[in-house]
Amino acid sequence: MREQELVQGNEACARGAIYAGCRFFAGYPITPSSEIMEYLARELPKVGGVCLQMEDEIASISAVIGASWGGAKAMTATSGPGFSLMQESIGYAAMTETPCVIVDAQRGGPSTGQPTKVSQGDVMQARWGTHGDHPIIVLTASWVREVFEMTVHAFNLSEKYRVPVILLLDEILAHLRENVILPEPGELEVVERRRPERLEGFKPFSNEMMLCFGEGGRVMVTGMSHDELGFPAQGKKAAEQLQRILTKIESRAEELALYRGRFLDDADAVIISYGITSRAVEEAVRLLRADGLAVGWLDLKTLWPFPERLVRSCTERAQYVLVPELNWGQLVREVERVVGGRVEHLGRLDGYLITPDEIARRVQERCNPLTPLLPSQGRGDGGEGETV
Amino acid sequence: MASPEYLRVERLPHVWCPGCGHGMITHALACAMTELELDPRHTAVIGGIGCSGRAAFLFNMDTMHTTHGRAVVFATGLKLVRPNLTIVLTLGDGDAIGIGGNHFIHACRRNVDLTAIIYNNSIYGQTGGQVAPTTPVHKKSTTSPYGNLEHPFDIARLAIAAGATYVARTTSFDFPDMIKYMKRGIAHKGFAVIEVLTHCPTYYGRLNDLRDPYEMLHTIKEQTVPIEEWAQLTEEERADKIVIGELHCQERPEFVESYYELIAQMRGT
Repeated sequence: MREQELVQGNEACARGAIYAGCRFFAGYPITPSSEIMEYLARELPKVGGVCLQMEDEIASISAVIGASWGGAKAMTATSGPGFSLMQESIGYAAMTETPCVIVDAQRGGPSTGQPTKVSQGDVMQARWGTHGDHPIIVLTASWVREVFEMTVHAFNLSEKYRVPVILLLDEILAHLRENVILPEPGELEVVERRRPERLEGFKPFSNEMMLCFGEGGRVMVTGMSHDELGFPAQGKKAAEQLQRILTKIESRAEELALYRGRFLDDADAVIISYGITSRAVEEAVRLLRADGLAVGWLDLKTLWPFPERLVRSCTERAQYVLVPELNWGQLVREVERVVGGRVEHLGRLDGYLITPDEIARRVQERCNPLTPLLPSQGRGDGGEGETV
Repeated sequence: MASPEYLRVERLPHVWCPGCGHGMITHALACAMTELELDPRHTAVIGGIGCSGRAAFLFNMDTMHTTHGRAVVFATGLKLVRPNLTIVLTLGDGDAIGIGGNHFIHACRRNVDLTAIIYNNSIYGQTGGQVAPTTPVHKKSTTSPYGNLEHPFDIARLAIAAGATYVARTTSFDFPDMIKYMKRGIAHKGFAVIEVLTHCPTYYGRLNDLRDPYEMLHTIKEQTVPIEEWAQLTEEERADKIVIGELHCQERPEFVESYYELIAQMRGT
């Protein structure tokens, strides 16, 4: 058995990547994600992998895509400003069905923002940051061990579906050190890229099998709208290809949905959370349950594609749904879209975590006695929370 | 002669305008590959965005048409994972040293074993003739309608200063020289830059009284001076002239090889 060890979130991410078979990393220094690159610069050569510090984040994601077409499992890691720079090539990866993992340790934004403070402000950018309709999977994590697991999972989904996967961490989780027992080799499933059995007649952009460079396939890769062979196409052909790559992810929303549900069966009020905020919710739910309130909790690990059916079924009997998140109201919009007017947002912009008390107080105010909630209420309270 | 083995002949004719020099440069590259007897299964062409990037579609091997200015970093990632691939980049002037300038100088510095063919027509052709970082002073474009006020980059000198280990410059007029330098660049272990000065009669020519493709090609040729004669010219004579030839060749540890030495060392093999 492995011993418990004190591991930082960023380190867990880097170790998870190596566990998943990542053998290429390219990045650019940025707070709060730099430790991922520092760890991989030390460790990747030892396992035959390559870690490059590039001239900027555009170069980092582009080198990752090149390496992925060379056959390597590849990753980059960054934070807000760098994530913004990567958007064009993330779209290229989506368009060319290139497996790769992009880690974004979120910090306060916009712009340079609060580099050393926590935020969950990139949820919508992770989904819609690059131009055009595109497929993407976005995962998140709340605990250090979970960072490891979600990194492995990000690689697995990326390789399985030939799609870029974004892992949203945040400044606190990235820098947090926790006592953990990390998975042993073989404990977690590791998915390998599927290769075509024969080159003859293989259409490189027709399914999730991937023919890489240097394998004799004479593959054509372009970010232009293309046909099944990879050559530029317009009109109906272009639309069909785009529909195929969009549908392959969207149609699997429920199977891709990773989550934890607690006390949902009898819940009059449901809290929906993700990432670092889930840790405060866990404690808040404990406090509220001790008070005798029928509060349930849905802790989302997959943010995109948004697990509509799951959210709908978990909130069916709830009269009140609270979405605490460290932003001005991002994922709450999706929850509102699915659930309707029973939803309230609890936000914070000052770079501190939402506390269990804040969450518990809000639920108590609304549910005990149950007061009617105006749909417009709840937004705009970010930054007013007390700093603890 | 270019062997048809290296080209996707079914994709010809190419998309470039009548009279454009890009077909000649692409032809020369296919000739260089033929003469080097490269194995197409272990050769890749990576193009950027712009007229030059379209060359990638024509080569019958693994090819990638990337994002604007980033071809060199896509290729860097690929080369590190597949060190045995011979990788040639087809870049334009705006692509390589406009939007991709930062990547270009760092690729020169890093000295990855890649060969960058730069199709330099001194203008943004695909987008309709806008001023480029290579457009000479006073020359017109659709976005410098009164003449360019900016000083242009000298790509070859930039590459040398940034650390590229093989740098040659020629024109699309000098067909045998294009092949010669492309062959040497590909054979060279390190980052090689072959700048080819070429003509864009459609935009550059039309806007600068050089409509006739041959006349324009000839004008470019007349501006150039072989490096062997360059030393004899006075400063005054050098003004408005461009030096061509094999401008720089240097041995320096190649990055991918160095990285794999590090891997071997770390793994104790």
